[in-house]
Amino acid sequence: MNAALVVIFFFLAFALFLGIMARRGQDMDMEQWTVGGRGFGTLFVFLLLAGEIYTTFTFLGGSGWAYGEGGPAFYILSYGCLAYVMSYWLLPAVWRYAKEHRLHSQSGFFVKKYESKGLGVFVSLVAVVAMVPYLALQFLGLGIIVSSASYGTISPLVAAIIGTVSVTIYVMVSGIRGSAWTAVIKDVMVLVVVVALGIYLPFTLYGGIGEMFREIQAQRPGFLALPDEGYSVSWFVSTVLLTALGFYMWPHYFTSTFSAENEKIFKRNAIFLPLYQLVLLFVFFIGFAAILQVPGLEGERVDQALLIISKEEFSPFVVGLIGATGLLTALVPGSIILMVAATVLAKNVFGALSPSTEERRIMLLARLLVPVVALVALWFSQQSGQGVVLLLLRGYSFVTQLFPAATLSLLPNNFVTKWGAGAGIAAGVATVTYVTVAGTTIGDLLPFLPQVLADTNIGIVALFVNFAVMIGVSFATGGFAVRREQSV
Amino acid sequence: MKLIHVLAALPFLGILVGVGFVNRVEPLVLGMPFILFWIVMWVVLTSIIMAIVYRLDPTNREDAE
Repeated sequence: MNAALVVIFFFLAFALFLGIMARRGQDMDMEQWTVGGRGFGTLFVFLLLAGEIYTTFTFLGGSGWAYGEGGPAFYILSYGCLAYVMSYWLLPAVWRYAKEHRLHSQSGFFVKKYESKGLGVFVSLVAVVAMVPYLALQFLGLGIIVSSASYGTISPLVAAIIGTVSVTIYVMVSGIRGSAWTAVIKDVMVLVVVVALGIYLPFTLYGGIGEMFREIQAQRPGFLALPDEGYSVSWFVSTVLLTALGFYMWPHYFTSTFSAENEKIFKRNAIFLPLYQLVLLFVFFIGFAAILQVPGLEGERVDQALLIISKEEFSPFVVGLIGATGLLTALVPGSIILMVAATVLAKNVFGALSPSTEERRIMLLARLLVPVVALVALWFSQQSGQGVVLLLLRGYSFVTQLFPAATLSLLPNNFVTKWGAGAGIAAGVATVTYVTVAGTTIGDLLPFLPQVLADTNIGIVALFVNFAVMIGVSFATGGFAVRREQSV
Repeated sequence: MKLIHVLAALPFLGILVGVGFVNRVEPLVLGMPFILFWIVMWVVLTSIIMAIVYRLDPTNREDAE
């Protein structure tokens, strides 16, 4: 075993140790295990929310896309910003409603708003389907990190299995309190490693950031902007919109807002979170620095760009530290997503269908589902053949379908009925599924469309279908009539 | 209430509409490709705008007093 692997496994053991320590001294019921009780302050909510932008997705995917696609990678820096602007109004409204009705889950929110248990179950299933690719990309990332750090002695598949088993054990012993501690270490390490690499590599290899970009532009003109076709301007705009709208629709994110002490926390965070995102710039710099240094990576292999350039430039020990940071960026979000997915299945799907089950048994079921969900995600990560960025976008095209029904329900006169909400989400999900399974794009389906429309992200097209069906069905089931009565 | 909504719409215009007009590499600004500089500028502006919104928002003032 080389120095890099030793360092990585040391951090893994340390994270597990923290998880076990965090659990001691507290009896964990369902609420403790998932939302850590209520009453987290500004700083912790900030970390929980900010931590989202520091996942394997940004660490490996952000640098990988800068390396492999160039300009289109900038979408990753753009959507959070818009999501934070919306959060200023959206999150306090969600938080107030959740507090008033003592809600614990996203599913509970829909059940209460639309007075429909069926819709709650349906929404839960859609959310879990969306979370599988999100979880899969964390496992994929773990596999890439461990395999790269082994300098070829551990195959990517075996490495992904090691990663999956680690996350599963981690979740089963610790729950969210463990993640809170590890999240702090993770954020500090990412900050240090990303900024250090993002400055060191361009300066030592090119003599500066401007020099690096000038050289890339000279060798590959236009690579640093958006192309005319494919990941074009219309793709960029529709993808930023899709991901900004879906940002808070992830069940683990939606419910993490419940853990805040008061609503002002969200408003204050909306000021600082955009700036915190600028760390992503350094992630891009790392990927760009690799373009002319380690050329030739293609397809999903671009995700390895950061680690390959690190191995060329640094000793195994430093590679180990970089790898350990990557490990934490996968472990923390991975464990939260895994835990929430298992809980949602146990409580909001099984528990809702069989209401007489006592909470202790649901809790047991949730724990048993953890390895099951992990296995499904592991399988998904191995067969999809997609890199981490495309995996996340796939999840987003599903989860964003919850946005119209969730947001409109916060209006004083919501015209959407439970049938409208359900039919709209179903139509959106069906659209995404059809296009994904058939492996087509909008351009293939409707070849007469101009390029501008053909490059539009399918998730946004599905969102329009969703919205149209929602309005139509709500109209047919009396949503507008109700609204008129109320407003008189 | 109106003004803060107009302010909040600016980042959407700047990023979603603006990108179509600034989709080029040169000139490099602060060493960055022009499109990247444009996005970074809007990220910073968003922070400033949200700070102004926070100040102007009457619901925050009521709570503070």
